[in-house]
Amino acid sequence: MLSMSTNNLSYNDQGGSDSAVEVGQETTPTSSNAGAGFGLFSTNFKKNDDLKEMLESNKDSLKLDAMKRIIALIATGKNASELFPAVVKNVASKNIELKKLVYVYLVRYAEEQQDLALLSISTFQRALKDPNQLIRASALRVLSSIRVPIIVPIMMLAIKEAASDMSPYVRKTSAHAIQKLYSLDPDQKEHLIEVIDKLLKDKSTLVAGSVVMAFEEVCPDRIDLIHKNYRKLCNLLVDVEEWGQVVIITMLTRYARTQFTSPWKEDGLFDENSETAFYESDEKKTKNGDEKKSYMMDPDHRLLLRNTKPLLQSRNTAVVVSVAQLYWHLAPKHEVGVITKSLVRLLRSHREVQYVVLQNIATMSIQRKGMFEPYMKSFYVRSTDATHIKSLKLEILTSLANEANISTILREFQTYVKSQDKQFAAGTIQAIGRCATNISEVTDTCLQGLVLLLSNRDETVVAESVVVIKKLLQTQPTQHSDIIKHMAKLFDNIAVPMARASILWLMGEYCERVPQIAPDVLRKMAKSFTSEEDIVKLQTVNLAAKLYLTNSKQTKLLTQYILNLGKYDQNYDIRDRTRFIRQLIVPNEKSGALGKYARRILLAPKPAPVLESTYKDRDRYQLGTLSHTINTKASGYLELSDWPAVAPDQSVRNVEVIEPVKEWAPSLGKTGKSKLSKSSDDKFYSDSGEEEEKEKGSGSSSSDDSSSRSEESSSEAESDEEKSSSQSSEESDKSSSQSEKSSSESDSEQKKTTKKPPQKKTVKPTAKDSDSDENGNVAKETSSSSAEETSSGSESGSDADSHSGTECKKKTKSKAKPKMEVKSTKVSLLKEVSLLKEVSLLDLDDFTPTPVTRPKMSVLSPSLLGDLEGLSLSNISSTIQVSGPAFVPEKRHDLLHRMTGKGLSAQYQFPRQPCLYQPTMVSVQISLTNTTDHPLEQIHIGDRGPTGLDMHCFNTVECLLPEASVTVSLGVDFNDSTQAANFQLCTKEDQFSVSIQPAVGELFLPATMTEQDFRKEQGKLLGMNESSATITMAAENTTRQPISRQVATVANLGVVPSGQDNIHRFAGKTASSGAVVLVTVELRESSAALITINTEKSVMGPMLLRDLKRALTRA
Amino acid sequence: MINSLFLINPSGEMFLEKHWKSVVSRSVCDYFLEAKEKALEPEDVPPVIHTPHHYLISIYRDKLFFLSVIQTEVPPLFVIEFLHRVAEMIQDYFGECSETVVKDHMVMVYELLEEMLDNGFPLATESNVLKEMIRPPTILRSVVNTLTGTSNVGDTLLTGQLSTIPWRRAGVRYTNNEAYFDVVEEIDAILDQSGTTVFAEIQGVVEACVKLSGMPDLTLSFMNPRLLDDVSFHPCVRYKLWESERVLSFIPPDGNFTLMTYHVNAQNLVAIPVYVKQSISFFECGSDGRLDVTVGPKQTMGKTVEGVMVTVHLPKTILSINLTATQGSYTYDNGTKLLVWDIGKLNPQKLPNLRGSLSLQAGAPKPEENPSLNIDLKIQQLAISGLKVNRLDMFGEKYKPFKGVKYITKAGKFQVLTITASINKYT
Repeated sequence: MLSMSTNNLSYNDQGGSDSAVEVGQETTPTSSNAGAGFGLFSTNFKKNDDLKEMLESNKDSLKLDAMKRIIALIATGKNASELFPAVVKNVASKNIELKKLVYVYLVRYAEEQQDLALLSISTFQRALKDPNQLIRASALRVLSSIRVPIIVPIMMLAIKEAASDMSPYVRKTSAHAIQKLYSLDPDQKEHLIEVIDKLLKDKSTLVAGSVVMAFEEVCPDRIDLIHKNYRKLCNLLVDVEEWGQVVIITMLTRYARTQFTSPWKEDGLFDENSETAFYESDEKKTKNGDEKKSYMMDPDHRLLLRNTKPLLQSRNTAVVVSVAQLYWHLAPKHEVGVITKSLVRLLRSHREVQYVVLQNIATMSIQRKGMFEPYMKSFYVRSTDATHIKSLKLEILTSLANEANISTILREFQTYVKSQDKQFAAGTIQAIGRCATNISEVTDTCLQGLVLLLSNRDETVVAESVVVIKKLLQTQPTQHSDIIKHMAKLFDNIAVPMARASILWLMGEYCERVPQIAPDVLRKMAKSFTSEEDIVKLQTVNLAAKLYLTNSKQTKLLTQYILNLGKYDQNYDIRDRTRFIRQLIVPNEKSGALGKYARRILLAPKPAPVLESTYKDRDRYQLGTLSHTINTKASGYLELSDWPAVAPDQSVRNVEVIEPVKEWAPSLGKTGKSKLSKSSDDKFYSDSGEEEEKEKGSGSSSSDDSSSRSEESSSEAESDEEKSSSQSSEESDKSSSQSEKSSSESDSEQKKTTKKPPQKKTVKPTAKDSDSDENGNVAKETSSSSAEETSSGSESGSDADSHSGTECKKKTKSKAKPKMEVKSTKVSLLKEVSLLKEVSLLDLDDFTPTPVTRPKMSVLSPSLLGDLEGLSLSNISSTIQVSGPAFVPEKRHDLLHRMTGKGLSAQYQFPRQPCLYQPTMVSVQISLTNTTDHPLEQIHIGDRGPTGLDMHCFNTVECLLPEASVTVSLGVDFNDSTQAANFQLCTKEDQFSVSIQPAVGELFLPATMTEQDFRKEQGKLLGMNESSATITMAAENTTRQPISRQVATVANLGVVPSGQDNIHRFAGKTASSGAVVLVTVELRESSAALITINTEKSVMGPMLLRDLKRALTRA
Repeated sequence: MINSLFLINPSGEMFLEKHWKSVVSRSVCDYFLEAKEKALEPEDVPPVIHTPHHYLISIYRDKLFFLSVIQTEVPPLFVIEFLHRVAEMIQDYFGECSETVVKDHMVMVYELLEEMLDNGFPLATESNVLKEMIRPPTILRSVVNTLTGTSNVGDTLLTGQLSTIPWRRAGVRYTNNEAYFDVVEEIDAILDQSGTTVFAEIQGVVEACVKLSGMPDLTLSFMNPRLLDDVSFHPCVRYKLWESERVLSFIPPDGNFTLMTYHVNAQNLVAIPVYVKQSISFFECGSDGRLDVTVGPKQTMGKTVEGVMVTVHLPKTILSINLTATQGSYTYDNGTKLLVWDIGKLNPQKLPNLRGSLSLQAGAPKPEENPSLNIDLKIQQLAISGLKVNRLDMFGEKYKPFKGVKYITKAGKFQVLTITASINKYT
C-alpha cells in the first residue's frame, strides 16, 4: 500500500497541469518526488481515476498520454498495478504506439494480475493468425512473456505452430518463447525438446542463435540433438548475429569436448612447459612425422576451428573472447597463439572489458607464458587504471616473468612500488616476492630491494615487505641473519600488526642465528604485551616458548612473565595457547611425556610457503564464463568435459541429404555472399570454406544488385542492372577460379561429401557455355543460371519442412531440373532474376505490404511451399509446370497521378509472380508515394465498383510520411479478360476512382514443357482455337534472343526448348482458368515469320496475336 | 541471460529499472551500493559482483552505472558488451548519455530497452533497426508530433529485423549521396625521464559517415594495408575478402558507424610528434620546489601540432603553485591537485614553456612519487602511421556518390615520466 501511495503522488503532481503535449517532460518529476509520498494517502484515488478516465476516453491521444505516464512510473520502479483493468481494455487498440505501450504494461504486471490478464489472451490468439509475420511475432512475444501458468497449454500450442511458421522471424520468436515457457512450467520439457529439435534443423541464420540459446537453457545435456546440425551451425556461424555467435560458440566448445579426441596428446610437451614457445618451430618439425601417424584431427573438429577463426576480428568483445576460449579449450597447443593478438586488442576497450579479458589472460598466462610474453608491455600499469585492473596486470606480469625479462619487469615494479595507491604498492611487493621465489637468479636482488623498502615511509609498504621477506627467508634457509637483525632494528617503528607478528615469528624461528637480539626483542614485547594486537600476542608467546627452549638462561623469567600475562588475557585463543605452551615447555609432573618432545614440536623445520598465483587453478572453469570470473561455480554452469579417450562415432554428424539439394546448393555461393545471403539455405550444405571463399570472392555479384534493388521496389531501371551485372561477370569468373583453388585445399571435406562431384559438373558447364556465348550475354548467363540454382536451393527448404511425399516430389523435380537447366543455358534473355533471387533468400514467406512481395505458394498446397520451379498444378496436364517468369517488365503504369490524387501518387506494375492470395489471381504491385508535405493516413481500397472483379486488397497503410513511398501488393482475378479492374483508392480524407487495365500478356503464368508435350497440346487446340498471322520481322528480331525477349516482354510466357533453329515456342496458362496458351514463332525466308497462337480462350488468342505482331515488327 | 537493468547515478539513486523476466526487487542493488561505498573512485567498483542469489554485472560510463542482474551462468562480456551498447544507443538517440537525458526521455528509453532484449536475450541492437521502430526525437519531429498528434513509434511495419542485412534499413533515399571516412589514429606512448620511448603504439579507427541511397556495396582499399597488424570490423565487413585481398568490402549501415579499428604493426617505429623537456624538483630542505616544462615538435611530417595540452597530477602535499606560461594558459585545481596547461598550436620557432615554483605544505616530506605528464595533441591531415586510403568503389547503385577521406592524429594515453632532482632514500 505504501508503494501505491508513492505512485499516486506523482499523479497528484502532474494531474494539475494536465497538458497533453508535454508528456516527455512530465515523466521527470515522478522520480524526484518519490520520497515524500506517504502522507498524501487520501487524495490519491481521485487522481488515479483521472488517469483511468483518460484511458477510457475515445481519444487515442489522451490514452497515449496516460499510458506514457504509466510507463514512466514503471520505469522508475513504482507500482502501477491497480490500473490493470483500465489498461488491459486497450489491448486491441488500432493505434500501434498505444498498443505497444499496453504490451509493455501487460508484460510487467500480468504475473501479478493473472485473472485480468486472461482477458487479453484472445487478442493475442487472434493476432497469432495474422497474415503479417511481424504481428504474429509480436503477439507470440507478448503472449509468452505473460507469466500466467494457466495459459501454458495455449503457449505450448502457439510455440509449436510458430516453430513451423514460414517466417524465420516468427520462428526466432518461438525459440525465445521456448525458454520463457520452460521457466514457467518445467514439466513441458519433453514437448519443448521436440520443438527445439525441430528448430535446430532450421537453416535460417536468424533462428540459429536463439534456438541454441533455448537448447542451452532447456536441455543442454541432449547433445545428440546437435549431431545432425553440427556442420550446419559451423557453417552458418559467420552470418549469425553477434549475440547468437557467442551462444553457439560456447555450446560448440562443450560439444566438441565430448565428441573429438584430444589434439594435445602428441604435443604434451607443450602443455606444461611454457618455454617451448621458443623452440616451437623446431619441435613442430620433429614432431610432424609421428603426429600424422598417431593423431588425425577429425575434419569436423578442424571445421569448427577454421570457421570460428575469422570471428576473432569481430567488433563484439564477447564474440572475440568466446572464440579465444574455444581455441584455448579445443585447438592443438601450437595453434592457440592466434588468439593472442585479438585478446591484447581487447585491452584497449572499456574498463569492464579489460577486467574480464585480463582475468582470462591471467589464467592462460600461467600455463603458457610464451603466448603473451611478446606483448608484455601491453600489461604495463598506467596510473589511470582502476585498482582491479592494476592488480590484474600485476598478476599477469608476474606470471610472465622469466630469466630473460625479469630485469625489465623488476624495473617496472620499482616504479609501481612508489605509486600513491598504497594498496597497489603492497600488491607489487607481493609480486616481487613471487618473482623472487620463482626465479632463483633474482632472489637475492629482490631480497635486497625489499629490505630497502623496509625504510619506506609508508606503513603498508613496510608491512607488506616484512611479510614477503619473511616468506622469502623461509624459502631460503641460507645465511640471512643480517636481514633479520635489520628487521629487529626496525621493529620499534613498525606498527602494522601483521608485520610485527611476522618479525616476531622470524626471530623465534631463527633465534639461534640472532642469539643476542632475540631475547632483547622479547624483553621489549614483555613490556608492551598488553597493548598489542592478538596476532602479535600469539607470536610473542611463540617467541617466548622458542627462546625458552634454546636460551632458557636469559629468558626464563621473561617467558614466565609473558605466560602469566597471557593466562589472564581477554582473548580465549591467547589463554588457550598460553596454557598449552606452559604445559609443553615448563617441566612438571603432569606433562611428562609431551615435554620431551617440546623442542621437536616447536622447532620442527617448517615447509616454506609456496607463493603462487591466485589464478593457478582457475582453469577448472571454462574460460570466458561467469564462473571463471567469480571463481565459484555460478548456477547453471555447465562443466566442460574431458576429452574422450576414444572418439564417438563420427558418422552421427553425417546428414542424409535430399539429392537435388546438394547438387545445386554449393553453386549458390557464386551469387550470394555469405554476408548477404543471411537466410539462404546454402550454408547448411557447404561443408568447407570453399563456398564461403566463393561467396566472398564474387565481390559484387548480380545477386547483390538484384536483391538490393528489389528491396526497394524491384523496378529500378534496367540499365542499372546491365551495368552491374557486366561487372559481376568478371567478378564471378575470378571467384570461380578462386573456388577451385580453395576446394583443392579442403579436400578432406570433399571426400566426405559425396555430392560434390556432380555439383561441380553442373556449375562448370554453365560457366563455360556462357563464356562461349556472345560477350554481351555472359553476365546474364551466369546470373540466370545462378538464379536457377538459388531457387532450387529454396526447394530444399520445402523439402526439409515437409517430409511428406518426398518421394513423388523428387520425381517431379528431377524431371523438372534438366529442363530448366537447358532453358537457362540456352535461353539467354533470362536476365531479370531479381525476384526469384529474393524469394530464395528470404524463405518466401512474407506476404505483408512490405516493399517487396515475396510470393509463396502455400495456398496452392502447403507441401509445395516455395516450390516455384517444380510446381505441378493438378488442374492441368501433368506435363505442364508453372515456372518463374522469364522476364519482368519494369514498366510502370500510372494508377493515380499526383495532381489528381491531391499529392498521393500511385503506380502499378505486374511483378509476374503467382499470386499468393489465390492462385487464380494476378498479382499487381502498387507503389504509393506521398508527394505532399504532410503525412497521408489510412490509405486503403474502398468501393470496388459494379464490375465486381474479385480482388484481394492490401492491408491499410496507416500512415505515409511526406516523401515516403511504400509498395503494396494486390491480387486481382481478371477472369481471363482484359476488362479493367475499377476500384477506389481512399485516404482518410479523399477517395479516388482508379482502374487497373491489364495487358493480355499479364494474364498468363509461364509454363515449361518439353517439345513433345508442346506438340501434343498444340494438337488438341486446332481449328477455332488457333489464330495465326504472317508478319515481317524487324531486322534485329531474327535471332533467338531478341525474339524470346520480345515475346517475354509482351506476355508472361515460358520458353519451350526447341530442336529447330527457326521455330521458337512459348507456353503458358491463363491465371484464372488455367487454360493452356501456346505460341509458336516460325521464321520463314527473308524476314517473314509466322506467329501461331493456340488457346481455347478464343478472345485472348487474337488479342495476344495483335500485341505480339506489334512487338515483333517494331524496330 | 540478462534479468534486469538498473540505471544508478553516482549518488546511488536508481532512476530507471527494466525487467525482462520476473521482477527482481531493487534491494538487490544494495550489494552493489555497498561495493560502491567501499571503492574510492567510481571506476574502482568491481564490474562483477557475486551475491547469494544473483550476479551483478555493471559498467560505469558517462557518470552513470548500468547495473544488470543475472541469475545464471552467462559470459560476463556478453552482458558488459550489451550494457555498453545500451549506453551507445542512448547517446545515439539523444546526443548524450546522462541522467537528465534519460529522465527526460524515460518512456522512449524504456521502449528501446523493451525492443533490445527479449527474455534477456538481445533481439535488436543495431541502431538502424531500432531507429526504424522507434524514431529518435528531433526538434522538427517533436513539432510535427504535437501538431499532428502522430508519434515517434514507427507505424509502418519495419523490415529491418527480417532483412538479410540487419544493420541497414531498407529504402534509404538521399538527394546528396555522400560517403565520408575519418581515419583517426591515436598514439599511446610512455616516454621515460630521459625522453626515450618506453612504449609506443598506434591505434587507429576508421569512422564512417555514409549517406547513400539504396543498397550500395562499397569497397575500400588502402595503399599500404601491410601496416595493419590487427583489425576488428563492423559486422558488415566481409572477413574473407579482407583475408584474401586486404580490401574492405561491405554494404554500409546508414549514417555514422565505426567501420574498423586497427593496430599498427609494433615492429614499425612509432614517430613521436612532440618532445617534452621537464623537471620537477623539490629542495632537500625547505618546503619549496620548481617546475619547468617545455614542449617542442619532433617528428611531425611537416604538419602543425595543434591542441596541445599538458595535464599533471601534482602530489597531494603541494600547497600552492606559482607558474608562468610563455604560451597558452594554465589552470590549477587545488582540490584535485590537477594542473592543466592548455598550449594550443605548437610554434617551432618559439617553444612554449611553463615554469615557476611549487610550495609544499609546511613540514610535509618531499613527495616520493614523481608526477607524470599526460600530453594531449592533435595533428590534422596526417595519419601518423602513414596509412592511406587508396580508393573507394561503389557497386550496386548507379549514381555517383561524393566521397571524402580525412586523417587525424591524436594523442591517446601519452605519458611522460618526470625526473626529480634527487631521489630520496634513507638506507
